[in-house]
Amino acid sequence: MRPKVELLRENASRSEVTEARLAEPQALSVKVQVERFSFYYGDTRVLHDITLGFPRNQVTALIGPSGCGKTTLLRAINRMNDLIPDTRAEGHILLDGENIYDPQVDVVRLRRRVGMVFQRSNPFPKTIFENIAYGLRVNGLVRDRRELEERVEESLRQAALWDEVKDRLHESALTLSGGQQQRLCIARALAVRPEVLLLDEPASALDPIATEKIEELIAELKRHYTIIIVTHNMQQAARVSDYTAFLWMGRLVEFNQTEKLFTVPREKLTEDYLTGRFG
Amino acid sequence: MNAGPRLEMPTTSLIVSRPTLFWERFREQVPIGLLAVASALIVAMLGIILGNIVWNGAGQITVDFLTTAPRAGMTEGGIFPAIFGTVALVILMTIAAVPIGVATAVYLREFVPGSNLAYAWARARAARSWRARLREGMHVLEILFAQATRAAVNNLAGVPSIVFGLFGLGFFVQFVGGSIDRLLYGGELTYGQPAIIWAALTLALLTLPVVIVATDEALRAVPRELREASLALGATRWQTIWRVVLPEALPGILTGTILAVSRGAGEVAPVLFTGAAYFLPYLPSRLNDQFMELGYHVFILSTQSPDVEKTKPLLYGTVLVLLALTFALNVVAVLIRARVRRRFRVRT
Repeated sequence: MRPKVELLRENASRSEVTEARLAEPQALSVKVQVERFSFYYGDTRVLHDITLGFPRNQVTALIGPSGCGKTTLLRAINRMNDLIPDTRAEGHILLDGENIYDPQVDVVRLRRRVGMVFQRSNPFPKTIFENIAYGLRVNGLVRDRRELEERVEESLRQAALWDEVKDRLHESALTLSGGQQQRLCIARALAVRPEVLLLDEPASALDPIATEKIEELIAELKRHYTIIIVTHNMQQAARVSDYTAFLWMGRLVEFNQTEKLFTVPREKLTEDYLTGRFG
Repeated sequence: MNAGPRLEMPTTSLIVSRPTLFWERFREQVPIGLLAVASALIVAMLGIILGNIVWNGAGQITVDFLTTAPRAGMTEGGIFPAIFGTVALVILMTIAAVPIGVATAVYLREFVPGSNLAYAWARARAARSWRARLREGMHVLEILFAQATRAAVNNLAGVPSIVFGLFGLGFFVQFVGGSIDRLLYGGELTYGQPAIIWAALTLALLTLPVVIVATDEALRAVPRELREASLALGATRWQTIWRVVLPEALPGILTGTILAVSRGAGEVAPVLFTGAAYFLPYLPSRLNDQFMELGYHVFILSTQSPDVEKTKPLLYGTVLVLLALTFALNVVAVLIRARVRRRFRVRT
């Protein structure tokens, strides 16, 4: 065990380096800083020494072929991987400078600040209203019924779902269409007012029209949230994100502004992937 | 169209001779027929059992039979004390078995994930600080404890019911009951004798593994996505279990539990030494009273009666009532399951 002070100094110098690397053209502050992060399932290393800063109030896309580790990286940011037995993390992930893998971190608080939307929409088998209210209730975020109703409405409006469901709030969420269910899940995540929103291929099971709605929503939400989205769909990454990280076999190959990464990739591997030569 | 060389493919005719056709169909049909016969055999057996009992027993089921006690050395009268005793026994047994069973299953499924012992051990060995070593060591112990519990559950399920009966006599009646008498009643025989509470606890032990397995199945059927959704919103593990997992698993738990209870309700061996009485002039009203039980009553009527021929109609009636009770429990379980299926049949 290395002394803590030394670790901290190391981190500081490293994050300066990474910040400098992405501080173009305008200086952006980093919300989530990944520092020499590795992840293991049992003895299999699935993420290798990843260092990367997710800029505040921007959309960052994680792209790469299946099994490259992009979802594992995403789920590392709210420590969802903790649920999988026999896994292990090395290195740090800093949320506003605090290491979320510190033994003293309260995972429940972390997950309140870092919301997540999953690949398959997973509403609770409760009413639409209760789905949104759940996060508010378990975190004790509202004092009375009126406040609860206000927050539910606010979240549904933010997720552009209010007009479609306002007359059926007390019907089962499972009666909604697939696209509506996914927007409900986004609204549910927004209700607890997280700072970071992790989206794990949120539109992969949706038709083009529902996908478009989700993408519009992401563009709208980035004003208030730092968004990290995993996607298989490179057009989608190009459309919605400001920054893109390309992962390959558990390694970060390239991280840049989306426009640059897609037009003038620095790495040969990125270019090959983007032009469809593999993946 | 490409005018390439034409390939001459050898073809087999689709038309075959009648004997060939017959033979091929025969070869196909015979095994299916055998499977059907095996299934029919089951239905036939059940039909014969039920038919015989209903045929001979239905006439016995009168208000008098259901509401009065046996008379004239059990050759006349009803079986009300046995019905009452059985229901009381089953209720007590459920109260004892279900909370412990559900708690065990929740612990095993929700709190001890399927970690690999060897891996956990290696990590404990590799831990560098004493704090980390303590944490990893606790994890190893947790896994060992969970494995021991699973093994205990599996082995408990395989123990013959008569062994439970003897165990109940030795442990509950003599040891636990005897100790209570020595400590609280100055040695006066109060709890140290066969009683409904000991019979219920013995029976609970027998149903426990079934309750655990049923609950475990129900918990496993709850999609992982729902747990993740809850945890990702900042819910604690407890909140997740309490507000999402258990409500979702509840119908499954209920169904499994009711089936387990109905299975236990028909068992005689566990209550034989622990509380069931040959005949009682009163109904059990305290936990340390003995009681009459339907299954045991059947045994008594068929082996201990002074006049077997005269008790035969009573015997049929008793068996019919016992079957009806367990059958009613099963119907409740099926209804709950059907309700759940309906709830899930919604547009997605």
